[in-house]
Amino acid sequence: MSELTANGPVTAGTTAASSRREVDFRGGGFLDVPKPLYSWIAFAAIIAIWQAAISLGWIDPVFLPSPLAIIDALWQLTVSGDLWRHLSISLIRIGSGWVIGSALGVVLGVLMGLTSMGRAIGMPLVSAIYPIPKIALLPLLILWLGIGEAPKIVTIASGVFFPSVIATLAGVDGASRNLIRMGQSFNMPMSSIIWKIILPSALPGILAGFRITVSIALILVVSAEMIGAQYGIGAFLLTAGNLMQSDDLMAGVVILSILGLLIGTGLTALERFFLRWR
Amino acid sequence: MEVIVDVKRHSYDQLLVLEDIKMHVREGEIVAVIGPSGCGKSTLLSIVGGILKASDGSIYLEGQPPRDCLNPLTFIFQDFALLPWRSVAKNVGLPLEHHKLDAKVMKERVNDALARTGLLDFADALPKQLSGGMRQRVGIARALVVRPAVLLMDEPLSALDAQTRDLLMEDFLDLLLRERTAGIYITHNFQEALRLAHRVVVLSRRPGRIKEVLEVPIPQRERTEKSAIAPLAELGERLWSLIRDEASVADREVVHE
Repeated sequence: MSELTANGPVTAGTTAASSRREVDFRGGGFLDVPKPLYSWIAFAAIIAIWQAAISLGWIDPVFLPSPLAIIDALWQLTVSGDLWRHLSISLIRIGSGWVIGSALGVVLGVLMGLTSMGRAIGMPLVSAIYPIPKIALLPLLILWLGIGEAPKIVTIASGVFFPSVIATLAGVDGASRNLIRMGQSFNMPMSSIIWKIILPSALPGILAGFRITVSIALILVVSAEMIGAQYGIGAFLLTAGNLMQSDDLMAGVVILSILGLLIGTGLTALERFFLRWR
Repeated sequence: MEVIVDVKRHSYDQLLVLEDIKMHVREGEIVAVIGPSGCGKSTLLSIVGGILKASDGSIYLEGQPPRDCLNPLTFIFQDFALLPWRSVAKNVGLPLEHHKLDAKVMKERVNDALARTGLLDFADALPKQLSGGMRQRVGIARALVVRPAVLLMDEPLSALDAQTRDLLMEDFLDLLLRERTAGIYITHNFQEALRLAHRVVVLSRRPGRIKEVLEVPIPQRERTEKSAIAPLAELGERLWSLIRDEASVADREVVHE
C-alpha cells in the first residue's frame, strides 16, 4: 500500500519503517577554515620552549642564543646604527639588481612571447644560461668589473633576469588568443593589442615571477656580500660567525626573515591592487 | 552595405575544411549558417571578418557603410571576449580608443550603446560581477558602439542557459531589426536560426560545402504567432533531415574549427 506525496510514493507499513535509515553525511573535511590565532599560539609556543631550553641550561647559548639575547642584540645593532649601515647597503644592492634584472627580463620575455625571431634567438640562450648558479659568476664579474658595487649588482640582476624572462614569456603565451582576435577584429593597432590586451593578461604571471625573483635577490645579496663586501647583511653575518657572536648572527638571520616577510607582504598588496579584477 | 562571399577553398595544411562557398548577404538581411560540428562554420566567419585568409577566394564589400561606422565587419563572440580587468563601460569603449574621437563623442557613443542594451546601470561593474546573459549584452554593446554595417555572430547565445538564451534572443532580434544591420549568424541551433534569419545556409560536413539554402518566408515579428508554428516546424524538420546523417558521421571525426 502506498500514498503519493510531493516527493513521490512512500510505502507505509512496519516492514518499510524498520528498514528505513538516515543517509550518513560524508561531505565533511577538506575545507580551508582560516585560524589565524593558531599561527600566533604555535609561534609563541616555539619561542617559549626555545627560551626555556636556554634558561634551564639544556642548550649552550654559544651554539643557539636565547630569543631574549637575540632581541637584545637587535636592539644594540639598532641603537649603534650598525643595523641601518648594513641593511641600507644590502637594500640598495637588492633594489638596483632586482629592478635591472626584472626590467630586462620582462622586456625580453615580452619580445620572446611576441616575435618568432625573439623566441628563436632567446630560448636557447635562456635555456643554456638559466641553470648556472649565478653566484659562481661573481669571481669572473669581479675580474671584469673590479671590486665594488657593480659585480654584486650584476650578480643579483643576472639571477633575477632569467626567472623574469620565463615568467613573462609564460604570461604572454597564456594571453587568450580569442581576446587578441577580438582586438584584431576591431582593427586595434599592434601596440594597443600588446598594451591593452597582452600585457594585462600576462600581469598575473609577471607578478608571480616577482615573488620568486625577490627571494633569489635576497639569497644572492647575502652570498655576494659574504664573498666580497665590507658592509651589508651578508658581510655582517660572516663577521659574526667568524667571531662566534651567535646572538649577532641570529639577529642577522631574523633581519633577513623580517625583510623577506615585508617584501612578501608588499608584493601581496601589489597583487591585490593590480589583480583586483580576478 | 552588402557582403559577397566567394571562398573557393580553405585548408589547414593538407586538410580541406571549406570548398566552394558562395554567399551574398544583403543590407538588413540576416543569414544563419548551420551545419554539423567541424564543418568549418567558425572558420568561414573568420574568413569573412578578415581574421583568417582563405587559401583560395575573397570576400567583397559593396556599397557604403552607415554614417559614423568605424568597423564595417564587427564580430560578436561566443565566449564574449571581454577584458576581465576593464569595467563594462571601458570594455564597450575599447574599440573607440584608437580612433582619436573627441572624449565627449566617445562617452556619448558608449552611453548610447549601453542604453540600447540595457546596461546603463552596470557601466562600472566588472565582467565577473555579471551573469552570462549580461556579459553577452556587453559583447553586443561593444559591437554596436562602432556602428557596424555587418554583424558577424559566432554562436553568440550558445554559452548561455536555455532561459537566458530565449530572453536574449528576443532582445537581439529587436536590436537587429531596429538597426537594419546585416548579419551572418553561425549556430547549430535550429530554433535560433529559424527565429532570427531571413535565410538559412546549410553546410555539409567537412569539407564544408553549401548543401542547401532555405528561405524563411515569415517576417521575424510574426514568427511567434500561432499561424507560424506549423510552417516553422516543417522547416525545422527539413533542416534536421539535411543535417542528421552528416552530423552523426561528423561527430566521430576530429574537430578542426
